[in-house]
Amino acid sequence: MAEHKTPLLDQLESGPWPSFVSEIKRAAKKNAKANDLLGQLEGSYEEKTGHWKHGGIVGVRGYGGGVIGRYSFKAEEFPNVAEFHTVRVNQPAGWFYSSEALRKVCDIWEKHGSGLTNLHGSTGDIILLGTDTSKLQTCFDDLSDAGFDLGGSGGGLRTPSCCVGPARCEYACIDTLDITHEITMAFQDYIHRPMWPYKFKIKVAGCANDCVASIARSDFSIIGTWRDNIRVDEVEVKAYADSGLDIFAAVVHKCPSGAMKWDKENAKLTIKDEDCVRCMHCINVMPKALRPGVEKGASILVGGKAPVVQGAMLSWVIVPFIKLEPPYEELKELITKVTEWWDEHGKSRERVGELIYRKGMRNFLRDLGLEPVPQMVKAPRTNPYWFWWPEEVNK
Amino acid sequence: MARTDIGPPHYSTMLPPVIKENYGQWKYHEIVKPGVLKHVAENGAELYSVRVGSPRLVSIDFIRELADLADKYCEGYLRFTSRNNVEFLLADKSKVEPLMAELKEKGLPVGGTGNSISNIVHTQGWVHCHTPATDASGIVKAVMDDLYDHFVEMKLPAKLRLALACCINMCGAVHCSDIAICGIHRVPPTVNHELFAKVSETPSVVACCPTFAIKPNPKEKSITINEDRCMYCGNCYTMSPAVNIMNPANDGVAIFVGGKVSNARTAPMFSKLVIPYLPNNPPRWPEVTEAIRKIVEVYAANARKGERLSEWVERVGWETFFKLTGFPFTDKHIDDFTLAPTTFRTTTNFKW
Repeated sequence: MAEHKTPLLDQLESGPWPSFVSEIKRAAKKNAKANDLLGQLEGSYEEKTGHWKHGGIVGVRGYGGGVIGRYSFKAEEFPNVAEFHTVRVNQPAGWFYSSEALRKVCDIWEKHGSGLTNLHGSTGDIILLGTDTSKLQTCFDDLSDAGFDLGGSGGGLRTPSCCVGPARCEYACIDTLDITHEITMAFQDYIHRPMWPYKFKIKVAGCANDCVASIARSDFSIIGTWRDNIRVDEVEVKAYADSGLDIFAAVVHKCPSGAMKWDKENAKLTIKDEDCVRCMHCINVMPKALRPGVEKGASILVGGKAPVVQGAMLSWVIVPFIKLEPPYEELKELITKVTEWWDEHGKSRERVGELIYRKGMRNFLRDLGLEPVPQMVKAPRTNPYWFWWPEEVNK
Repeated sequence: MARTDIGPPHYSTMLPPVIKENYGQWKYHEIVKPGVLKHVAENGAELYSVRVGSPRLVSIDFIRELADLADKYCEGYLRFTSRNNVEFLLADKSKVEPLMAELKEKGLPVGGTGNSISNIVHTQGWVHCHTPATDASGIVKAVMDDLYDHFVEMKLPAKLRLALACCINMCGAVHCSDIAICGIHRVPPTVNHELFAKVSETPSVVACCPTFAIKPNPKEKSITINEDRCMYCGNCYTMSPAVNIMNPANDGVAIFVGGKVSNARTAPMFSKLVIPYLPNNPPRWPEVTEAIRKIVEVYAANARKGERLSEWVERVGWETFFKLTGFPFTDKHIDDFTLAPTTFRTTTNFKW
């Protein structure tokens, strides 16, 4: 295997942050594809441009997605990356792994691919980076035998993902891992056989801190919350004050709805819970003293996405509160209703947020049978241009 | 024949015993020191998480090393975070320091907790994407080398979340980050008419353009692009391999700041444009690292304790941000896309 000279990339091996170039080189010692990737990438660094062709349609038997076709423009120079397809492998919920499971994936990828991976891709999958068309099926067969399955791609449900949730976070108001796993299992067909106008992402966050960015990065955002009162441990509040925390400046003053009062002399914190918007700030600052309430559930928001095509959107509230307990039938029904409505009305490459924008939220809510409530809007409309339904006016 | 639709392995098979025993029973946590979290359960059980930065693009041998460390220190389990960090999960406090010593020996940074810069969420770039306007891993490496101290320390006013997307598809969540690096194209795409007729669906290419700059060109069985309307998004390139948007002489990087996804205190916000173009200057993109260092330094020097970058700018105003950073404010900063009027100032309240 000829070693490629990479003077530009070599400069990214110094410095304190771990180097991806060193990682590619490590794989390149054993693998011709990784070696040619290094050569082609050096070329990109010289010429300041990419050398990958537009993707092609490749895959495994029975599936319409999960593999991203990738071909090189530089196949003559770097024949081992002529085909360099990506296999998306559905991660376990919460990105927890046993060392045994990780080693199995490594062994499979050593046998069938470049030995290079991303842990993880932007949507959440394990990304196996670079293999040939002829190896896709055997790679998938081995993954399946090891208990893994492919994730989503194209116009379908993308691999759902979630925050660490109740596995390690006291803030979690819902079982993010279980919900994610259950949704993933219930909608397998829609992940593996893309049949929708465009991609559809679901992310599950345990609280309003939203560590998986569900409000920004998913079409269907599930965000844990509670309906009753913040639980206060007065002894721990006092302990925070005694330890030097300025409770007025760091907590009370920053409460966005002015729902808190601090009596410094008596070390007494009062919360007017009907004014609380459950933003998590006070709990974040004093996790030992304050906790979410006990009547827990989630808010459901839809429409979040990056800019393509009509501009970036943050998800909008459509269900202010829903209880989420196994087997999550109500949630699954809602996902089905939203995606069916979008599939029925959406144009090619139109995300559900863009469709709601085009057709109007009122039509969306009416078709789904959701009652409009003030929690859905920042403010009512300011213009006089609204429609009446035929049954609402005198004939 | 492989079994299909089996889904991912059940998460419960991937959890260490201390988590299985205390699932949903965590009471509180504290940050012991940068990169080390201590979670305490209702029954008093303790879990130590050691957070480690990774380059995300890694070899299987790197993963095997992680697996070996997990066997040695964490009963054979670990996890990854939504920002591509690795978390070692230790039930035994006495193993924290030996693990950290071994991580140090391997050159793996421990940090990314609390008021720090965590790992940069990023995309594929020239390594594997077909529409990149810049590389991803290279800029991330250069920026993280430069800001390394902010990963291993917690001295910022609040947490600072960086992201990079190698084109305006923004696969890297840059539209809602404190500081976002976004690859941009600057000239309209070229069309290979001969190829277009063979490989493209005209209606879907016409329909994909957000500014209606594309119309059918029946004569050539192709399309015509109205260059005055094109804002170089690359959607048409995604729809047809006969369209080429990459242009090494013009492609580069834009910087956005002031986004957030958390609802804490203030509502989630989009990132806003502050630098419309910096050149691609591999392998270390000095113009980009310098601009980001400037933003971090100005933020750290001026924001109040606990203020995210977005919250600080909202308080002091964008005119103050541009004054303090010295970045030029240009016509590129004034929105003319779909919701532009919502960003115009509709009050006489502003600063000089």
